[in-house]
Amino acid sequence: MGGNIEHRFSPYTDNGGTTLAIAGEDFCVVAGDTRQSEGYLINARYSPKVYHLKNNAVLATGGMHADGVALVKRIGQNLDWYVHKHEKQMSAPALAQMLSTILYSKRFFPYYVWNTLGGLDENGKGCVFSYDPVGNFEKQHWSCSGSAGHLIQPFLDNQIGHKHQSNVEHHLLPLDQVLKIVKDAFNGATERDIYTGDFVEIFIITKDGVTVQKHDLKKD
Amino acid sequence: METTATLRFLDAPASIAAFKHAASEDDIEATASACVDMAPREFAHPTFDIPAINNPVEFLKHQTSVDAKNRIKIQHGTTTLAFKFNHGVIVAVDSRATGGSYIASQTVKKVIEINPYLLGTMAGGAADCSYWERELGRRCRIYELNNKERISVAAASKLLANMVYAYKGMGLSMGTMVTGWDKTGPQLYYVDSDGQRLKADLFSVGSGSTYAYGVLDAGYKPDLTPAEAIDLARRSIFYATYRDAYSGGFVSIYHVKEDGWEFISRTDVNDLYYQYAAEPKPSLAA
Repeated sequence: MGGNIEHRFSPYTDNGGTTLAIAGEDFCVVAGDTRQSEGYLINARYSPKVYHLKNNAVLATGGMHADGVALVKRIGQNLDWYVHKHEKQMSAPALAQMLSTILYSKRFFPYYVWNTLGGLDENGKGCVFSYDPVGNFEKQHWSCSGSAGHLIQPFLDNQIGHKHQSNVEHHLLPLDQVLKIVKDAFNGATERDIYTGDFVEIFIITKDGVTVQKHDLKKD
Repeated sequence: METTATLRFLDAPASIAAFKHAASEDDIEATASACVDMAPREFAHPTFDIPAINNPVEFLKHQTSVDAKNRIKIQHGTTTLAFKFNHGVIVAVDSRATGGSYIASQTVKKVIEINPYLLGTMAGGAADCSYWERELGRRCRIYELNNKERISVAAASKLLANMVYAYKGMGLSMGTMVTGWDKTGPQLYYVDSDGQRLKADLFSVGSGSTYAYGVLDAGYKPDLTPAEAIDLARRSIFYATYRDAYSGGFVSIYHVKEDGWEFISRTDVNDLYYQYAAEPKPSLAA
């Protein structure tokens, strides 16, 4: 009897789900649905993948749930060490660069995670950073990724960025309008993407801190 | 007594531990080692996690290939160009990032500002380019502190080539042009993740490079005026975005001069389309 033969090392699974972030003048909104799936099976209806970090930045993770949890734990440890060393909280832009470096440190065994980071910059303005699995990142005003990312992104481009609208004034939207757009985006995505649904959790970051809202999405 | 601070430990983190044991109490090096001990770990050479399996390289190659079940789509695709001429170097790039057939971004900054007098361009894996060119920027700064003068473009490009050559065959993807102005004048090098490093007057890199070369070669000469050179670079990138589906977005242009680089422009290719369409086409027949 011979030993077991390793045919292929396949450590990854995609647990689906959709996340987005939108920056405003003095706020930032980060949202994600809470469904966790594997293939056609829904594992959990409330498994949050958007995390409120200690420095009042909010990280949305899509892709593989376990890798997201491991990554957030590591970020949390780094944030704690930063406070011990520097006696202040890490700024959101500093965290953005650190996250890139952490992701790249696993360039040859990547975290199977698509990150979107939202927070306020040093001037109190909303900022959004989106990442690929190995740490390429870009500062943006709005971003959507995950299983329905390709459905929502063009909607945000049009509604937030006023893309392909002529004779409109370009300005950053107020919070109430952004929240309406976020809810519409997730309700729409739930109708067309099997991996998005159950609940949407919306984190609102302002200078006064972070508040969370939870809304129902369809459960089918 | 040696008064200049040596930062050599940055190039060999293992020496920090060795140094600590070697230094005797009365020795000046004991004080030095106390300082060295403070050097944060994260400033040492980068280290990378590797999966504990038989063939990690094959694993990564499979996970990033089109037929993988849970494919890791690394953002790719580009047209970039740079050329030397009598007034310095012109660098021009598009701004599209694609993951598979999805346009991940139309607003990528593919010119990496390494420092005020060195530029790098991004083609291939976006994370590979931005990570290693950031690391290059750090090493160029350390070079400055050690030598009290700026690093030459030749040396900088070789630092980059040597860094990525250490990972040859492990799946890095990077095609970059390093450019700047040093003691010897304007300089332009091409460096890629295979370890290749070339010096020439004109390069174009990326999926749309062949289209860019077509326009660029037709109009290039060393005695272009800055305005002519900028226009040629912009047209070359535009026609690459027109034919190459993996290129698009905006055309960004930089001009490297004696006192460092200058950002010239960032133009939506859609605006260029209508601008160029309105121009009369040159009659090529005699």
